[in-house]
Amino acid sequence: LLEPSQDSVLTTFSLSSHNHVRPSDPRPREAGQTPRQQSPNGRRNGGVKHSMNPFDELSIEESVRIREKKSYPHGVSDIIAFTCGPPKSADILRTAMAMGADRSIHVETKDGDEIEPLSIAKLLRAVVEKEKVDLVVLGKQSIDDDAGQTGQMLAGLLGWAQATQASKVSFDGDGKGVVVEKEVDGGSETTRSNLPMVVTADLRLNEPRYASLPNIMKAKKKKIEKITAEELGVDLGKRLKTLKVIEPPPRQGGGKVEDVDGMVAKLKELGAI
Amino acid sequence: MIPRAGHSVLRQARTQLKRSTGPTPVASLSALARLLSSLAILEQKDGKLNHGSLGAVTAAQKLGGSIIGFVAGGNIKAVAEEAAKVSGIEKIIAVDNAAYDKGLPENYAPLLVENIKKGGYTHIIAGHTAFGKSLMPRVAALLDVQQISDITAIEDEKTFVRPVYAGNAIATVESSDDIKIITIRGTAFAAAEAEGGSASIEDGVDPKAECPTEWVSENLAKSDRPDLATAGKVVSGGRGLKSKEDFDRVMLPLADALGAAVGASRAAVDSGYADNSLQVGQTGKVVAPQLYLCAGISGAIQHLAGMKDSKVIAAINKDADAPIFQVADIGLVGDLFDKVPELTEKLKQ
Repeated sequence: LLEPSQDSVLTTFSLSSHNHVRPSDPRPREAGQTPRQQSPNGRRNGGVKHSMNPFDELSIEESVRIREKKSYPHGVSDIIAFTCGPPKSADILRTAMAMGADRSIHVETKDGDEIEPLSIAKLLRAVVEKEKVDLVVLGKQSIDDDAGQTGQMLAGLLGWAQATQASKVSFDGDGKGVVVEKEVDGGSETTRSNLPMVVTADLRLNEPRYASLPNIMKAKKKKIEKITAEELGVDLGKRLKTLKVIEPPPRQGGGKVEDVDGMVAKLKELGAI
Repeated sequence: MIPRAGHSVLRQARTQLKRSTGPTPVASLSALARLLSSLAILEQKDGKLNHGSLGAVTAAQKLGGSIIGFVAGGNIKAVAEEAAKVSGIEKIIAVDNAAYDKGLPENYAPLLVENIKKGGYTHIIAGHTAFGKSLMPRVAALLDVQQISDITAIEDEKTFVRPVYAGNAIATVESSDDIKIITIRGTAFAAAEAEGGSASIEDGVDPKAECPTEWVSENLAKSDRPDLATAGKVVSGGRGLKSKEDFDRVMLPLADALGAAVGASRAAVDSGYADNSLQVGQTGKVVAPQLYLCAGISGAIQHLAGMKDSKVIAAINKDADAPIFQVADIGLVGDLFDKVPELTEKLKQ
């Protein structure tokens, strides 16, 4: 009936100083999002509309803004968008490039394959090491499987610092420290980490831009590199087996009352007050 | 549930016996004992146990087997003693080191991994809180385990139920990992009794991992009202409140009249009417109080994901066709600026 879609977009973006030939330059990069379907009732059937996971839009936007606002002192040399999913996931990468990503990497899977967060994190680790990325920005969760794991897993696999549910990202003047305000239960928390690191975007990080028509046209000329999980040395085998997916028990509305007295009486009747 | 768990544990134990080359019966017995031992990650802040995290103990009780609690932080003794009284816990593993006070995952994850390896636990359980969400996937990756997030029910020791698609579908998943790492939805597992237990306290191992992150500051909303995530009653306001002043003027007296926590929709939070930490929904808090009373909220699916398990839902909205009325037990069509103050007055009487 329902199954999570397998595609997952990750934008990696790397910052480097003027001479981006020097491999030792600090380069934060970023990315990682999962575009998943957003149908109103969560059903996956024939013509369901898919789009980029909203948290991934935030992470691409943030990567582009760090470059545009020159908030990272050494500048951003490269912004890479990444996704793992079926052929149609390439559309998501085009969107990311129309928003400002320079190029894309697509790990293509078959339609219907589900890839778990741990596998995505391993793919990302391989890409990060291959591309020498310094900052990875991902969405805090995908809105289909609601797992909220990929960024933290990637940071763990790489042994990097992590900041989850970020609402603000800024850089120290020396280009090493990253100050992140994070949303936590009851308020916010600020931490300072050293690059390289992984950041996951929360809703209030920014307001993603719409891709303009000229930028959509330009994005068609940008490069999508296709690579397989085997080439990256990652086994996509699953650890979790979905036994069943059911609809939650429907909730029946109890009808309307005429006035405030009616509401108070009904609240008492239902034992709510 | 328990018989099922027991049955499959035996099956697993037999499988282990077959696989291992020449195990002594004693070794296989201890393997069986290890098969169901849960490590409940208990949160502490400023030397106080977070009772919300005791839901992890409740989840462990549903699994069966032995339950070990884990706490870490500076001057942890008082917290460990408090945790030792929690009903159902056999042993508390405590690590006394102020480096773990802020729960930074970069050093807390290696700390947990070392203690998990030493204890040989089969299930690691934490709340799906900011702390659990940040920490547990990192632990899972270090152990090469696919975590199961935000579960709402346990079917047996390897089968768990969790909502997906913003709660529009309920998935049952079976894990093939040797160690199960799960985070639990707080509203689905009530906190274990804080009294009645007498666990032993033992020092854990401390790998003292380097931490590339330093804690700088925090800004927590101060409130005398009940905590949103665990409150028995919640009143919640949306875009219809128009401004922060109106939100405070209209909703706060209602909350006080009911002794309720205050929540808000994303629209209200984004417009600055209410603090971020009050957001109820798929990406904010998930609540399931006895009463959820909302005003000026249309009822988008992302919001419903955070409150539709409430026992009674009451809604005030001027749009008679608002989707919120499809789930509300009590609906009142009207202007919230008239109806909410009137309701507040009548509740006070």
